[in-house]
Amino acid sequence: MNDTPLLSIEGVSVSLPTPRGTLRAVDGVDLALPAGRTLGVVGESGCGKTMLSRAILQLLPKRAALRGRVMFDGRDLAALPREELRRLRGPELAVVFQDPMTSLNPVLTIGTQIVETLQAHLGLDTAKATQRATELLAEVGIPAPAQRLRQYPHQLSGGMRQRVAIAIALSCEPRLLIADEPTTALDVTVQAQILDLLAREQQRRHMAMILITHDLGVVAGRTDEVAVMYAGRVVERAPTPRLFKHMRMPYTEALLAAIPKLDSAPHTPLPAIGGRPPDPTRPLPGCSFAPRCKYADAVCEHTKPALDDPEGAGALFACWHPLT
Amino acid sequence: MARFIGRRLLYLLPVLLAVTLLTFLIASLLPGDLAVTILGDQATPEKVAALRAQMGLDLPLWQRYLLWLWDVLHGDLGRSFRTGETVLSAVGDRLPISLELMVMAEVTALLIAIPLAILCAVRSGSATDRFLTGLAFGKLSLPPFMVAILLIYLFAVSLNLLPATGWIPFAEDPIANIRSFVLPALTLAIAEWPVLMRVLRSDMIATLQEDYIAMAKAKGLRPARILLVHALKPSSLTLVTVTGINIGRLIGGALIVETIFALPGIGRLLVGAIYARDFIILQGVVLFVAVGFVVVNFIVDMLYAVLDPRIRHGRA
Repeated sequence: MNDTPLLSIEGVSVSLPTPRGTLRAVDGVDLALPAGRTLGVVGESGCGKTMLSRAILQLLPKRAALRGRVMFDGRDLAALPREELRRLRGPELAVVFQDPMTSLNPVLTIGTQIVETLQAHLGLDTAKATQRATELLAEVGIPAPAQRLRQYPHQLSGGMRQRVAIAIALSCEPRLLIADEPTTALDVTVQAQILDLLAREQQRRHMAMILITHDLGVVAGRTDEVAVMYAGRVVERAPTPRLFKHMRMPYTEALLAAIPKLDSAPHTPLPAIGGRPPDPTRPLPGCSFAPRCKYADAVCEHTKPALDDPEGAGALFACWHPLT
Repeated sequence: MARFIGRRLLYLLPVLLAVTLLTFLIASLLPGDLAVTILGDQATPEKVAALRAQMGLDLPLWQRYLLWLWDVLHGDLGRSFRTGETVLSAVGDRLPISLELMVMAEVTALLIAIPLAILCAVRSGSATDRFLTGLAFGKLSLPPFMVAILLIYLFAVSLNLLPATGWIPFAEDPIANIRSFVLPALTLAIAEWPVLMRVLRSDMIATLQEDYIAMAKAKGLRPARILLVHALKPSSLTLVTVTGINIGRLIGGALIVETIFALPGIGRLLVGAIYARDFIILQGVVLFVAVGFVVVNFIVDMLYAVLDPRIRHGRA
């Protein structure tokens, strides 16, 4: 492992003004990702994982305020001039969004959308760029790629569109790929194919990847490290095998229990997590998960636990009553 | 695409038939007897009856419509009983003037509206945006004849740069011809850019929120390409519709502007025909204008399909 990580997020907070007050979407997150490694970011809807990815990409809404540093290869992305940032997007940083129905431009052909990316960064002429676009589509498993180039997004299925989006993201050989719930909008049968495609390309190209998902099952076996987010904070972070073998945060345990299991008897009720995440415009003084946690006591309600590694085992968690 | 156009053309037939019927009905239902108008109040009833029979005015309405439609389909729209000029030649003389005015006005309006709309959408909510939308709103309450008079005062009277009125044929002196259109076209453009800007601005603001715009940014495209290719194209459907309606309206001539600037366009032909009770010219011009409107709307439909591939592939 390198000493200096490719990406390091230092104390990043994102707040958004709302009619109900300031919303803390991301609250003091620290993460680091070495080149060529994969990080899974897991959490339920509204936990801030998408805002975190937008903060890394510098694609936050105009009204959002970002604090902290997003260091990429020694440069703070948040402080970079617009033109330099533009040059990084594509050849260094790339993203696959959640919904391929909306992330491809409906009025431009697939070919245009790949070729323009290649031309913006690699200076290829149209013939070479078209040639490369065909190869890229073939690499992501799209049959008859030359014909597909002339088609529009609405002529392709959801899975095919997500493959196109991946081809675009990979087109300039990025060093970091952020996949923001890349399979949530897809049919179950296609999800595994897309995840395997991402994993294969990540290995082949030695790129770093952040895989954002609400499904712990997705990151198992596909990432080197997992960060679990809750109410804008990272509450547990550990190497993937260790996390699954020995999770410490009650929230992580509850997330895992909420995944349906094939071998359970028919009609077994899913142990859903009771209650709802706290209102992000009204932060709690103590642990954000305390109101829903079966282990919570008075300490949890009054004092926020820090993300710490008390055993020095590379497994961090923010909990007063960790599981043993 | 060929099938799409073919189907649209097929829809056009009943619409055009309805247009001819309505035009004919409106002209025949106008008060006043054509024979009396031609012969004057002093004519004897016998003479009037004879002329009515000669012109076929004593036939039932539906027969007259079919006879007229038959002539129209053969390119004969009749001739003015006053001047003896055929409708085709009267319209043929005036239409190019109205069309030239319309093209110059629409192009100018779009050249003002599109850049300002993009600027406002990119900086929505900023001081620039609030100023320009306020200006557009203020402009909407200023009538075109006021603008015309102000422009004449400024450019023709004070600065003496452009002619205030009159029209010179293009064949005679192309530059003088274009100069004679500058002020009237500008008057119309000033009347129209606020509407065009407002519709494009609001569509563009909505488009800029789309995921595919975030994707275009994440791809590291240049801002100009994101705005002009990724955002403008899907935002321009309403703009095309409104422009089409404006063009359709201007095919019928811009009466006030043609009058103020003394341009012999379709608008003035129409008003002249109304005053002179020249029903044949009136009917012919209305038919031309109505058909023009239908054709422009057909072109707008085609443009939708060019702009949005989902329309040409899907349910038409």
